Amino acid sequence: MSLFQTWLPYLLAGISVGGQYALIAIGYTMVYGILRLINFAHGDVFMAAGLIMVYLSTALPLWIAIPLTLALTVALGFLIERAAYKPLRSAPRMSVMISAIGVSYLIQNCALYFTGGLAKVYPPIPWISDTVEVFGAITKRVTLITPILSLFLVVALVLFIKKTKVGIAMRAVARDFEASQLMGIKINSVISATFVIGSLLAGVGSLLYFSNYASVTPTSGGMPGLKCFVAAVFGGIGSIPGAVIGAFIIGICENVIKGLGWTTFSDAFTFALLIVILLVKPTGLFGEKSTDKV
Amino acid sequence: MTKTKEEKRDAIIAACCIGAFYVLILILEAVVPATHILFSILKKSAVYSLAAVSMNLLNGFTGLFSLGQAGFMLLGAYTYAILNMPTELKLGTSVYKYYECAIHFDMGFLPSLLLAGVIAAVFAALIGIPVLRLKSDYLAIATLGFAEIIRAVFQWEALGPVTNGANILSGFTDLNHIYIPFTKIAIPPTFFVMLLSGICIAIVLLLINSSFGRAFKAIRDDEIAAEAMGINLFKHKEMSFIISSFFAGISGALLAMYQFTVKAATFKTAMTYEILLIVVIGGIGSISGSCIGSFLFIACNEWWLRFLDESSNNIAGLNIFRSGFRKVVFSLIIMVIVLFFRKGLMGDKELTAKNVRQFIAGKKSEKKAKGGEKA
Amino acid sequence: MSEALLRLENVTMQFGGVVAVDSLSLEVETGKIVALIGPNGAGKTTAFNCITGVYQPTNGLISFDDKLVVSGHPTGKMKRDYKGSNSEKYLDKEIIDPTPDEITRLGIARTFQNIRLWKSMSVFDNVLTAKHMRNRQNVFTATFRLDRAEEKRMRQETMELLEEQNLAQYKDDLAVSLPYGLQRRLEIARALATDPKLLLLDEPAAGMNPQETLELGEFIVEIQKKHNLTIFMIEHHMDLVMRFCDKIYVIDFGKLIAGGTPAEIKNNQRVIDAYLGVAEE
Repeated sequence: MSLFQTWLPYLLAGISVGGQYALIAIGYTMVYGILRLINFAHGDVFMAAGLIMVYLSTALPLWIAIPLTLALTVALGFLIERAAYKPLRSAPRMSVMISAIGVSYLIQNCALYFTGGLAKVYPPIPWISDTVEVFGAITKRVTLITPILSLFLVVALVLFIKKTKVGIAMRAVARDFEASQLMGIKINSVISATFVIGSLLAGVGSLLYFSNYASVTPTSGGMPGLKCFVAAVFGGIGSIPGAVIGAFIIGICENVIKGLGWTTFSDAFTFALLIVILLVKPTGLFGEKSTDKV
Repeated sequence: MTKTKEEKRDAIIAACCIGAFYVLILILEAVVPATHILFSILKKSAVYSLAAVSMNLLNGFTGLFSLGQAGFMLLGAYTYAILNMPTELKLGTSVYKYYECAIHFDMGFLPSLLLAGVIAAVFAALIGIPVLRLKSDYLAIATLGFAEIIRAVFQWEALGPVTNGANILSGFTDLNHIYIPFTKIAIPPTFFVMLLSGICIAIVLLLINSSFGRAFKAIRDDEIAAEAMGINLFKHKEMSFIISSFFAGISGALLAMYQFTVKAATFKTAMTYEILLIVVIGGIGSISGSCIGSFLFIACNEWWLRFLDESSNNIAGLNIFRSGFRKVVFSLIIMVIVLFFRKGLMGDKELTAKNVRQFIAGKKSEKKAKGGEKA
Repeated sequence: MSEALLRLENVTMQFGGVVAVDSLSLEVETGKIVALIGPNGAGKTTAFNCITGVYQPTNGLISFDDKLVVSGHPTGKMKRDYKGSNSEKYLDKEIIDPTPDEITRLGIARTFQNIRLWKSMSVFDNVLTAKHMRNRQNVFTATFRLDRAEEKRMRQETMELLEEQNLAQYKDDLAVSLPYGLQRRLEIARALATDPKLLLLDEPAAGMNPQETLELGEFIVEIQKKHNLTIFMIEHHMDLVMRFCDKIYVIDFGKLIAGGTPAEIKNNQRVIDAYLGVAEE
């Protein structure tokens, strides 16, 4: 029992972080599935969502601030795709990746400018930020809500992709870019839709993540961003369930490592995992043709 | 093959230009006060030039999209700092406050510098074996991951007796304390760092124009054809990776000399991104482009755009100009280059006497053509 | 009768459930010009890719110059899914899976169906780079120019090859700026730069008109004599094959259906049924 009690907080934190990572990882995996692009700016969109929330909540009541934050995050994701990726559609992949790195640099510098480099305190959201007790472990309610909300959103997304017209178009584009174009699918709107969905989920993820961590800095998107990409690769890039499972595994492992007192290595572990998976099974856990790629 | 007269003349012109450039630096250092910002810009851009050139060797010439540069620079900087720091300083408590230093010897700056490159190269050799089998973007993320792992390891407390944990290292030979051998005459620091990085860049240039450099380019252009023509992909990729990391290590050591201190936490992914952007600005596949790019990047970032940060420039209560605005403008400029001038300043051309001549001739004929139209 | 330089024994290449090359056995004799023909999708290029180390054959042996260079048998999942014949025959043989550059080093050079020149390089550099394999310099002596004689030799030989192919006047042009026919010639020059014994040509006359095709045929005979080569080519132009080749192998659906002199092939009923009757519009 005591062993259970020592480890429960880490496990809870792991599951919670895993859920938040899952929401971000989906953005990576969907964009990679369609454009074959590691969207390095995605982590920064996630950070930007946090900052938008910080600024909006000082001026507006939460029930307006939260939807508005999500709307602005979506707008940001959409804008990035149109401004920085669309012009490079026929360019080599390396150029697009460099453009993504450039966008990431731009967003971070903008954040630096607006915040003056200071960590901004994230507004507490009533009910979500309240503390609760689970089996003797004290935690915020957000820890418990995150996995449930994440799974709900993931199921909704999978249904969306399976059933709706846009979702079917997404799958077609992921399978064969050129052929879909020839079949009259509007590639640009499908790609925009992908970025909109990815950014929306990153926005929700940022609400949950920063409620837990309480402060936002211009660089707080970088590391979670990279980790979520690793989660997406781990699960098999292009596969949504894969990304979710990968994210949970990484979230839990990371917190267990912290619990062991190896905090310095919690980031390094993620990358070690990445390298192992790339060498042993580059397609990831679910990266085979059978899973529906997006 | 006998060189034509023209080629010989061009080589002499190039040598003269380079010589004149170094003389100019020497004169500047003698005339302008050493505290002038120009020198810190020049020194830093010399270091970054080498880092960018080493990255260009991989990304631009071998077609391997690697993002591990900061990691190899870290290895070089630490190797240099640890080996070069005087033993009495290591055993004292001013640097290794919380640890007992395990390294009980020191060596001169030149062997330390060389070993900085060697250690980085050895790590590259080990990392390259698994990683170089990966394709483009996976290679990028894997090398980036390795750089992060290296950074974490160097901050690890268990290695404290060697790396001083997450604390800074200092007290090693810096740029201001380099003397001509057997004398007490100090070498002007800017000249010195430019000379060292110039020599390294010249070696890379020689390599690129050798048979091996051609093999690298063949791999970049078409892997399948390269392999079919008998070029062993792994061997050549590994070679390029090792050499690139060797020079990245040296540039890391030079960075340490320039900064006076070393701290693992500063060798972040952001540093790799900056070097990548320098390469892009200068032109992927152009050595001279990387050098010019790094000067422009650092001068804009730290000098020319400074006025954007001055709040005294604000008019009528607008608070646009304040700390950080420079970086925003700067990253916008970079985005414009990335999106609209994808080839960068130089494309894959080099700044040679021949190309300059052709460029001028091209301009002239353009003018003539335009003049003709008007008439 | 001269001996065989290249020998394929029951080479089978299966991708997933598709057998692209099925138990292909053939011999290419030293000093001859041999053709491999067959309808589109018959598995000709796949066979070439097996010989040059691009693919590891699922089953079978390939020997070159009386030395076993490639050997494969079904392993793992493929053991169960294997559809070809002779599945047991080579199980005791050690698998030999060379990379393409190792094959090239042995003396087998190739050209590609869809020209693959190095696009950022000049005509001269394209050929010079192919000389890299037989370069005796190491990275150190090459960088610091310590072996100028070797570099000079490579450049001289490159120039000779370009002159022989009538490409000398284009030597400083970008390879991809050449007209199509010359690009094909440059690919042959580049392959010759690796000093091969056996030259594999993958549809060298693709896209050429009858006149050009004829010239190409004469040119192939010429380089075969001059460089003491054996040539094995995939070709669709029947007049080229019939006129210049010593021996012809025909495959259809991955299987060898005939092999013999041009005259024999012309009168072979199976070939006429499977191939000639269909292909000749």
